[in-house]
Amino acid sequence: MNFPKSKLERKIFINIIKEKIFFLIIFIFSITVIFLVLIILFYIFKKGIANINIDLFIHNPKPTGEPGGGVLNAIVGSLILVFFASLFAIPIGVMAGIYLADAKKSKFIDTIRLFVDVLQSVPSIVIGIVVYGWLVVPMRSFSAISGSVALAIMMLPVIIKNTEETLKLIPYSIKEAAYALGVPYYKIIFKVVLPCGISGIVTGIIVALARIIGETAPLLFTAFGNHFFSTSLLKPIEAIPHIIFKYATSPYEDWQNIAWGASLLLVIFVLSLNFLSKVVLKKWKVKF
Amino acid sequence: MESQVLNPILDVENLNVFYGDFKALSHVSVKFYENKVHAIMGPSGCGKSTMIRCFNRMHELTPGVRVEGRILLHGEDLLTLNPMIVRRRTGMVFQKPNPFPNMSIYDNVIAGYKLNGVHLKRSEADDIVEDSLKKAGLWNEVKDKLFKRGTFLSGGQQQRLCIARALALHPEVLLLDEPTSSLDPKSTAHIEELIVQLKNNVTIIIVTHNIGQAGRVSDFTAFMYLGELIEYGPTEKVFTVPSDKRTEEYLGGKFG
Amino acid sequence: MAKENAILKEDSFIFKRILFSFNVLLLVLLGAIFITLFVFSIPAIKKFGLSFLVNTTWDPVIGEFGALPFIVGTVLTSFIALFLSIPFSFSVSIFLTEYFPSGRLSNLLTSALELLAGIPSIIYGMWGLFILAPVIRELQIKLGLPPYGVGIFTASIVLTLMIIPYSSSISREVISLVPNDLKEAAYSLGATKYEVIKKVIFPYSSSGIFAGLLLSLGRALGETMAVTMVIGNSYFLPKNIFSPAHTIASIIANEFTEATDPVYTSALIELGMILFVITFIFSLIGRIIVKKFTVGEE
Repeated sequence: MNFPKSKLERKIFINIIKEKIFFLIIFIFSITVIFLVLIILFYIFKKGIANINIDLFIHNPKPTGEPGGGVLNAIVGSLILVFFASLFAIPIGVMAGIYLADAKKSKFIDTIRLFVDVLQSVPSIVIGIVVYGWLVVPMRSFSAISGSVALAIMMLPVIIKNTEETLKLIPYSIKEAAYALGVPYYKIIFKVVLPCGISGIVTGIIVALARIIGETAPLLFTAFGNHFFSTSLLKPIEAIPHIIFKYATSPYEDWQNIAWGASLLLVIFVLSLNFLSKVVLKKWKVKF
Repeated sequence: MESQVLNPILDVENLNVFYGDFKALSHVSVKFYENKVHAIMGPSGCGKSTMIRCFNRMHELTPGVRVEGRILLHGEDLLTLNPMIVRRRTGMVFQKPNPFPNMSIYDNVIAGYKLNGVHLKRSEADDIVEDSLKKAGLWNEVKDKLFKRGTFLSGGQQQRLCIARALALHPEVLLLDEPTSSLDPKSTAHIEELIVQLKNNVTIIIVTHNIGQAGRVSDFTAFMYLGELIEYGPTEKVFTVPSDKRTEEYLGGKFG
Repeated sequence: MAKENAILKEDSFIFKRILFSFNVLLLVLLGAIFITLFVFSIPAIKKFGLSFLVNTTWDPVIGEFGALPFIVGTVLTSFIALFLSIPFSFSVSIFLTEYFPSGRLSNLLTSALELLAGIPSIIYGMWGLFILAPVIRELQIKLGLPPYGVGIFTASIVLTLMIIPYSSSISREVISLVPNDLKEAAYSLGATKYEVIKKVIFPYSSSGIFAGLLLSLGRALGETMAVTMVIGNSYFLPKNIFSPAHTIASIIANEFTEATDPVYTSALIELGMILFVITFIFSLIGRIIVKKFTVGEE
């Protein structure tokens, strides 16, 4: 029986060399990604640190042409927008997630799961337009509340998915034990299921917050932005990402500098939220 | 006929294996002989799988593993060779039959060539396929459906296909890692017969947790316990007059 | 006792209905998004019909609205970005699944990807506009092109960075589902990692990787802020990949609040509807493939 041994061993030898080249390519591209991130962060920190100061936090924007000013109105505005968005999104998202986690397998449930994913990939600008149509047109005014609704829609799929995935991990035996004690379903949810899944749910909420705090596109035609300090839900309101956009694309250098300062503020805020979500996931984890 | 000289083919010298801080194998020294069947038995977690995975450097696929000692294949330390070359020279069959689902039976047999990018002439490939399937005792069952998917075969047939796939590369040593643990008794018997026949072509090392299987197929038996080689010798001797008390207890069914 | 049970049951029933209704709300939401976009687009659809998609003139002053330049701009930026991101996301997913599944390097790269995914769109816009665009301007001067700095190419690079973490996380997930025993079988036959990746992992996971590309493309198509800041705002069909242009998302972001004429607004909303429908289809197909893939493995 002739067996092409030399042919095979020669080929394996060539393959070993090919593999080394392949690894080198994979390695270089992967390391490049790390460097790209460092470059981006480097510039944001460099430009940001040069322009961040106490004025940013305690002053409102000055009229065009006047030097100085800060983004206090935007910080407060962002907090208001995010707070009300959470108020809408958290109850609906968590409830929907509970149902999905508990639901029996069916076509309908699969469709909903699919649509939750699809909702997550709806472009944010489209959500802005739609909420404009729903709230801004009938109210005849841009408003903080419409901005919050737009952001809430963006939060929903993140919260639903995280809630569902966390609760699915809770063993049925725990619920069974509660059922066996004659506890009604809603009490099982509030007293057993939610406490067990709290770390995952809170993580989902924080991740959703980190996502929307930096969103600009859905606010363009809803919250609209406001040069002045405002806390009214029915009036236009400023937000950090929106003021960055406005100032960065303005022709004034001191405005652009404020935009850099605000960018650093936003990045630090978003990254801290992401970090916090990890801590929560680790620290609050209930073991089964 | 058992009186011919024994030629050592694989010589393990003082092998130690660590997973992180855990010592999986401790000071194992053992010799395997050409054209013999060697069984390695022991309770699960005793390091028997770890050991044969070292013989074709598959242990390197586990992150954090460290090996000390020498494993001489025909006098050459295979731990210093290139793993790809080592794996060509030592075939391996796994617990669960794992034919490639995207390949036909024919392609599965010559997968070792295809995966390595070796272009075989049609006649060459035909020869290798027929020869390997005959050695694996599968030829008569599949010769009419060579171009069907390998995954349509029964579990036992799939496992023999995997043996044929390993044999197609003409390995010097065939490593079988509990090859029958997922098979029914009939398929198991079939594979055991095959192993006995195959030793004329290739040296066989089989890991098994089935004491009866070790007794039925092997010429030499090793007993391992907690990462140590407790006893090694001709199967008859190990089974009838074991020198270590632990071997005796294991054979008597005292370990799991 | 029986009565009590009935009450308990009634309780659960009502509560489950409430939970259920939240899910129905979700479906209604998606439907409502489409209907809203459609209703507001009707004036533009009536006026321009299908010519909206092929007309190259966008002139609010004379009231003529053609979307082709923006469709071309969107497709160009997204596809260039997808193309540029493939070597990175492929490398990263192989790196993290086959070469360094754990350890310090793996942690470093994973954190880098998380950072990349976490940075808000607007920040990418800042970086693209003030750091990247000047670099591209230098490049354009060297190449003898008009030195805009901003334009399709700049937007594509920014988009590339934004979709790398997304597509690599999907392909990573898909690749990690390739059964270990198949990989072991291939390694035991003397195959190198490269051969195993090419001949076992890739054929096995190709549909999932394709789905990942679709989803990333969907994301790139709809990305707004970063692109708006670096696309260069031009109404005209781009001449080459360095030309300033507009994407669907960027023209909406720039002009929506300035549109005073109802047909103008309606034309912009129709653009939004086109964007919605395209991303909807892409993400639906992508999700269905990924789902099939992961369920098939369980």
